[in-house]
Amino acid sequence: MTSVLEIDKLTVSFSTPDGAVEAVTDVSLSVEAGECLGLVGESGSGKSQTFMAAMGLLADNATANGHIRLDSMDLLSASEKKLNTVRGERIAMIFQDPMTSLTPHMKIGRQLAEVLIEHQGVDKETGRRRSREMLDRVHIPEAERRLDMYPHELSGGLRQRVMIAMALMCEPEVIIADEPTTALDVTVQAQILDLLTEVKDDLGAAIVLITHDLGVVAGLADRVAVMYAGRIVEQGTVADIFAAPTHPYTQGLLACTPRLDVETEALVTIAGQPPNLQNLPSGCSFHPRCPHVFDRCKAERPSLENLSNGQAKACFRAAQEAAE
Amino acid sequence: MWAYFTRRLFIAIPTLWVVITVAFFLMRLAPGGPFDQEAPLPPEIMANLKAAYGLDQPLWWQYVNYLGNLLQGDFGPSFKYKDFSVTELIGQGFPVSIQNGAAALFIAVLIGIPLGAMAALRQNSGADHAAMTVAMTGIVIPNFVVGPLLALIFGIWLRDTMFALPVAGWNNGALPNRILPVICLALPFIAYIARITRASLIETLRTNYVRTARAKGLPFRMVVLRHAFKSAMIPVVTYLGPATVFLLTGSMVIETIFGLPGIGRYFVQGALNRDYTLVMGVTILAASLVIFLNLLVDMAYAWLDPKVRYE
Amino acid sequence: MSDAPIRDSRPGANLSVPNAAALDKAADVEGRSLWQDAFRRLQANRAAMISAIVLIVMAFVCFVGPVLVPWSYEEIDWDILEATPPNFDTGHYLGTDSLGRDLLARILQGGQVSFLVGILATSVALVIGVTVGATAGFMGGRVDQVLMRFVDVMYAVPLMFFIIILMVVFGRNFYLMFLAIGFVEWLTMSRIVRGQTLTLKNKEFIEAARASGGSTASIIARHIIPNVLGVVIVYVTLTIPQVILLESFLSFLGLGVQPPMTSWGALIAEGAQEMEITPRTLILPAVCLSTTLFCFNFLGDGLRDALDPKDR
Repeated sequence: MTSVLEIDKLTVSFSTPDGAVEAVTDVSLSVEAGECLGLVGESGSGKSQTFMAAMGLLADNATANGHIRLDSMDLLSASEKKLNTVRGERIAMIFQDPMTSLTPHMKIGRQLAEVLIEHQGVDKETGRRRSREMLDRVHIPEAERRLDMYPHELSGGLRQRVMIAMALMCEPEVIIADEPTTALDVTVQAQILDLLTEVKDDLGAAIVLITHDLGVVAGLADRVAVMYAGRIVEQGTVADIFAAPTHPYTQGLLACTPRLDVETEALVTIAGQPPNLQNLPSGCSFHPRCPHVFDRCKAERPSLENLSNGQAKACFRAAQEAAE
Repeated sequence: MWAYFTRRLFIAIPTLWVVITVAFFLMRLAPGGPFDQEAPLPPEIMANLKAAYGLDQPLWWQYVNYLGNLLQGDFGPSFKYKDFSVTELIGQGFPVSIQNGAAALFIAVLIGIPLGAMAALRQNSGADHAAMTVAMTGIVIPNFVVGPLLALIFGIWLRDTMFALPVAGWNNGALPNRILPVICLALPFIAYIARITRASLIETLRTNYVRTARAKGLPFRMVVLRHAFKSAMIPVVTYLGPATVFLLTGSMVIETIFGLPGIGRYFVQGALNRDYTLVMGVTILAASLVIFLNLLVDMAYAWLDPKVRYE
Repeated sequence: MSDAPIRDSRPGANLSVPNAAALDKAADVEGRSLWQDAFRRLQANRAAMISAIVLIVMAFVCFVGPVLVPWSYEEIDWDILEATPPNFDTGHYLGTDSLGRDLLARILQGGQVSFLVGILATSVALVIGVTVGATAGFMGGRVDQVLMRFVDVMYAVPLMFFIIILMVVFGRNFYLMFLAIGFVEWLTMSRIVRGQTLTLKNKEFIEAARASGGSTASIIARHIIPNVLGVVIVYVTLTIPQVILLESFLSFLGLGVQPPMTSWGALIAEGAQEMEITPRTLILPAVCLSTTLFCFNFLGDGLRDALDPKDR
């Protein structure tokens, strides 16, 4: 299969009064149709900014270098006008916070229909009918009535369903879900994840799932990429990564995730704080927090290297072990 | 919603009553009376004058009388303009002031909002900085400075050119007589509205829902007009409440400078002449106006922000 | 950035749980560098820095200058008795007004009045506003409701009219004017302080202080006030020019300071009478007043940007 969305050596930096800050460094990723890629990392690791760049939604003080290709079209160099022909139509995004991501003074129906009206030129009635069908499809009860409601009249879970419906309106090839469940109650989280699974199976779209929650990834993703301080540190299939994480950061992440099936005495944490992007540690950015650090890690930065099974990681220790 | 406004109206009445009562008793606390002049009047004339204006009655009776008359729309006789009642003076002055105020507000909205929006959409550009510096100038240079300066320029320096404009008098509302006062009154409004529009639109453009609208692939023009603009207008509408107060005080200066027969000038004259009934009448009118306009502003909210559905 | 801190309530989800001592230290460091950062940002703002310098120079000149001027503000030069252009021989460096009084001396005196009114009336507004706002925000409940309803009602009253009524009733007393203006300007201050106190009250570090047994007074003194200070400083800087403007407005209408005492507003009013003959008597005080207002506004905006980095 060929990849639908391909990110090639993406670097995103922000100019701030205190100098430039690189939020994403040299990231390469790709997703295929029908595949779900999980992108995992702490807050500030650059995982959201990577795909904000793809959507052309970076803040004004950001500059992005590299390539992001949707088929043959380079999204990074595309004009706003050209970008608007694919945004919402071929590539759509579901945002983190459904409470604030819908326009408060517009009725739900109008917000949904305008995507179709803009991209497919349908009339208002068709737009409304298909919006209702889409609300049915994401299992919103009493869809007809909801069309005439304002966002604040819906619960958080319903609003996130509306967001998903909005992303699905034009049946896009790529769906980016940025922390789609973070702002929701635990029970609602599970429902939204079920819905996303359904969408993935029905639509055959490529889904990018950005999250800090490995549990979410385990349930939904086929492949995982782990980001730390703006770089990808490990990549591979969900099965491989969960069974045999090789980067110490991924190992730490997995150890931190509380599991119901295993008795643990205490919660495990990764020591230390996420690094300050303005002042990254020398060598491997993770070395101050790494339990296995040795001299080379402080002096040199490990590059992302492919292993035989399709897994890739940026760590000297892992490379050393593999070589032995 | 109507229940809400009825309730608001019921709150407005006590507020107005407090204003009237405080103003009334403050006025009566004053040492010296309205008829004190450089040469003291003979006592019997003073007594007659006081009797004629009901000032010989007990204070509480004067108060009750005043309230009773107010309910019938009678603000009492003017102490200084002997042949006029305050109601008549207000009847003459109010239309002049309200016409100028409305014209100034209309011009301010018409110029201020597009100016602020343009600055917001080109944030930190040269045009933005230029517009905001001009706006700042409009705000900090008070209209009692701008007024005389405009009068100096158009009334004196350009006296013999085609740009000459009358700098004094109302002339029954002839257009040339209105131009300078209205410009003078509108300038700070333009500036405030432009600044508020800019700040508010910049903030709205950073919201998550505007990001969602952009992610849908809508043209930027549509994102701004359909998704951002309405929310961005909320602070501007809020400002229109205080703007009324501003307009009223502005009219005191403008009408004094340009010699217009409006309520602002009557108020200042009344204050300088200790014409108590006139001062009170204008104060009460101003307070009612402010309360009424704040109510209108609240109604506009309901339309701009569906979350504010008054129960 | 959408990568802003995401708080997940599940244990372990935030990966690192530093111990309390480390947190304390971190907060301490942040507290200090917040003000240092703000100061650095302010220094980088050229308009604000120039404004601050201009204001200091103007205030200095207004209060010290009269010593060096040969004429006092109320002295009439009986040899002149009319408006004249600048003349160094007679010591009227900026000329005289229509009564033959020295214009420079009068402008400096007017400046003193403006600066004094600005500071004194703002202090009155500050004391009332902070007290009411902090009380309402911190006590909450009925106290909050009553105080804020009162502020709402006051907002709906055209207070300018009441200041004028007060001036009429009690004569045009200089000190009464400070008080009257201060009593009007505290409203917004109280709302701002209340809002800030409310948000702070529910912040984690206040809850922590409460949980660790801090008394209400010590929480207000050690946590609320330092954190409200930034906003208050900004608002004070923006209130001073409003107050100066109000005083000038009253004096312009003849309802403020009384002759021979003068202020910039009164000078502008006098100048407007004679602008046809001597535009200088209008333009000079107008320039002084506008410059001062300009500088205070730029400084206030600069401080706000410096103390509130999200607005950058």
